[in-house]
Amino acid sequence: MPVTNGRYEWAVALRTGDRTSEGELIDRLQRGDEAAFTWLVDTYSPSLKRLALVFVSVDAVAEEVVQETWLAVLTGIARFEGRSSLKTWLFKILTNRAKTRAVREKRTVRFSELGPEDGDEPAVSPERFLPPDDPSFPGHWSTPPHPWSGAIEQAVLRRETMEVLRRGLENLPRSQRTVVMLRDVEGWPAHEVCAAFELSEANQRVLLHRGRSRLRAILETYFAEDA
Amino acid sequence: MAPSPDTDSQTHMGDDTPNEMACQELVEVITDYLEGTLPKSDRARFDAHLATCPGCREYVEQMRALIRLSGSLTAKSIEPATRDSLLRAFRRWRDSQPNL
Repeated sequence: MPVTNGRYEWAVALRTGDRTSEGELIDRLQRGDEAAFTWLVDTYSPSLKRLALVFVSVDAVAEEVVQETWLAVLTGIARFEGRSSLKTWLFKILTNRAKTRAVREKRTVRFSELGPEDGDEPAVSPERFLPPDDPSFPGHWSTPPHPWSGAIEQAVLRRETMEVLRRGLENLPRSQRTVVMLRDVEGWPAHEVCAAFELSEANQRVLLHRGRSRLRAILETYFAEDA
Repeated sequence: MAPSPDTDSQTHMGDDTPNEMACQELVEVITDYLEGTLPKSDRARFDAHLATCPGCREYVEQMRALIRLSGSLTAKSIEPATRDSLLRAFRRWRDSQPNL
């Protein structure tokens, strides 16, 4: 489906990793095609800024980090040979710049040690289960989850649900928020999150588990109030 | 609902059959399950439990729904002023390239 300026093909290429169309996009950038640059800026700036905010706390600083990233793209595009995908390159520049700023902001960006908030908190309150000495069903639901998974994606509920989720995410402990943000919101693979934060695979999973479990509980409360 | 009690499964179901998974254990290993890092034997216990427990099936579906929903969260873009200044920087860059 050809679309003017190849925007459709670029979008597909960047999503699917099709290197031919991506090559064309890079080629256009190197030739100074403003439409290609504008498309890239409009497509990736929201995601880049959200990612920057994982590292730096101030919105204006995140904005600057995104700006620096695009300027670095201009400086580097002539030498870009496409060994990594354009998207990977972009996010790598952003991550490096954001980390540098975070150090200047005196925010630690490593959390190889789990914080106290990431400890043994159960995914679901023990009161929801039958006690260990129950004669028939120890550890089984006494109060099973109220069903809402089918309703969650209905258009009527969607907007408000998204807001509840967004707030829930913002209020997670930072290490959990970071991992959930990168894995579930941005769709990073586990090994890249581990590499970016010097986390072990096991700790990465603990943080993901705690974060997701909390968010599920928040949605459960929300749907219970709604019912 | 809770499946049939299986406390002495070792004796009546043979040595290969591990203990049945309880709901309280399932909610703690669900991320390992979804990440594909749960050991094979526990994975089988997980699946066996799901087959008999609607409450846990709903729990797993809630987790999957949460992950899908997280993936569709939208992000706010940069300020229009930042965008404008980037496009100006692009034109300056382009005009300074001798080969363009």
